[in-house]
Amino acid sequence: MATETHATNGEGLADATGVASHSADAAPGMPQLDFGTFPNQVFWLVVTLVVIYLILSRVALPRISAILAERAGTITNDIAAAEDLKAKALEAEEAYNKALADARSEAQRIVAAAKADIQSDLDVAIEKADAEIAAKSAESEKAIAEIRAGALEAIEEVAKETAAELVTAMGGNADAATIDGAVSARVKG
Amino acid sequence: MATEAHGAEEGGLVFHPMDQFIVKPLFGDGPVAWYTPTNVTLWMAITILAVIALLVLSTSRRSIVPSRGQSVAELAYGFIYKMVEDVTGKEGLKYFPYIMTLFMFIVLANFLGLLPMAFTTTSHIAVTALLAMAVFLTVTILGFVKNGASFLGLFWVSSAPLALRPVLAVIEIISYFVRPVSHSIRLAGNMMAGHAVIKVFAAFAAIAAISPLSVVAITAMYGLEVLVAFIQAYVFTILTCVYLKDALHPHH
Repeated sequence: MATETHATNGEGLADATGVASHSADAAPGMPQLDFGTFPNQVFWLVVTLVVIYLILSRVALPRISAILAERAGTITNDIAAAEDLKAKALEAEEAYNKALADARSEAQRIVAAAKADIQSDLDVAIEKADAEIAAKSAESEKAIAEIRAGALEAIEEVAKETAAELVTAMGGNADAATIDGAVSARVKG
Repeated sequence: MATEAHGAEEGGLVFHPMDQFIVKPLFGDGPVAWYTPTNVTLWMAITILAVIALLVLSTSRRSIVPSRGQSVAELAYGFIYKMVEDVTGKEGLKYFPYIMTLFMFIVLANFLGLLPMAFTTTSHIAVTALLAMAVFLTVTILGFVKNGASFLGLFWVSSAPLALRPVLAVIEIISYFVRPVSHSIRLAGNMMAGHAVIKVFAAFAAIAAISPLSVVAITAMYGLEVLVAFIQAYVFTILTCVYLKDALHPHH
């Protein structure tokens, strides 16, 4: 620190003396060294400094520091408000997602219930249809059996009649009972 | 410096590079008494008006989103506030208005002095010496009031070997008392030298053959002087902060 002060001090002196020696032969001395003007300069400088100090400490500096503080406050408030809004937005998004998930699970539940309903209806209908089909087929089988039995009886009758006719046509005269017995025996096999 | 010496040898040219620094009464031609309104008064008054325009009028709307003028005022405030805080610490902040006063006066007086036909108040030893002595006395008194006799510890480098300490103490004391001298002459010397050199170049413009070169040189010097005007105000202010720090914390 000390050496630096000395160095710059030397430089300042060199400048001052350089200009001074030059001005000595061009102008009548340095006005800076005219001690008669010193009281005047000192007086007006003191007045000026006091006035500037009063302006700064009474008006300018409090005002500027108030402006800076207000700006800092505004910025802090704005950042806080922004954080608040961000948190609210996150909250809203969360609520939205939750509602979406709820709605989805509700929908799935409804779909499953509807499916179950339909399935049970379907099962009942199928059962009923099966039963009807079974009844119908049993009836048909019975009818078929009856028809078959009827047909066998008819065959025997036709065979007896045909045999009797044949016998008569060949000139035989067989009594009906004999022919019937013979045909029945044949048909039964 | 070489060009100046060369210029002085040329016969027909008239050099009055120092005339711009003469203190003259504003009205009449009489002697300069301590109360006489002079060009010093005029340019210091303009400096005050500049301070008002820059720091008071531009901030009158107190907008959250600043206008250009208000931005400059806020930048100047923040610049010095941060400097005081960084160099002297929190307890130095109550001296911030004084340091801001010094900075605003010096920087605006330096810039206003760059206007053509202006009078540069800070180019006078009387002005800068008063500023530097005010800083020196304030800091010294403050150092003793805050720390009592232990303020003298500033000169006793406890980190050095014991044998070296008396020698260092002498050096430290000398450097301490040279502070106001270097503090004031650095500012006045820089201001005066730059303005005088510009004036010398301007005198060369009277020779037609050299005048384009002279105009270029004036432009270049002017740019340099704008830089110097700010840097010297900055240097003066930060050295004030450093001296204030020594008064508040005298131990190395």
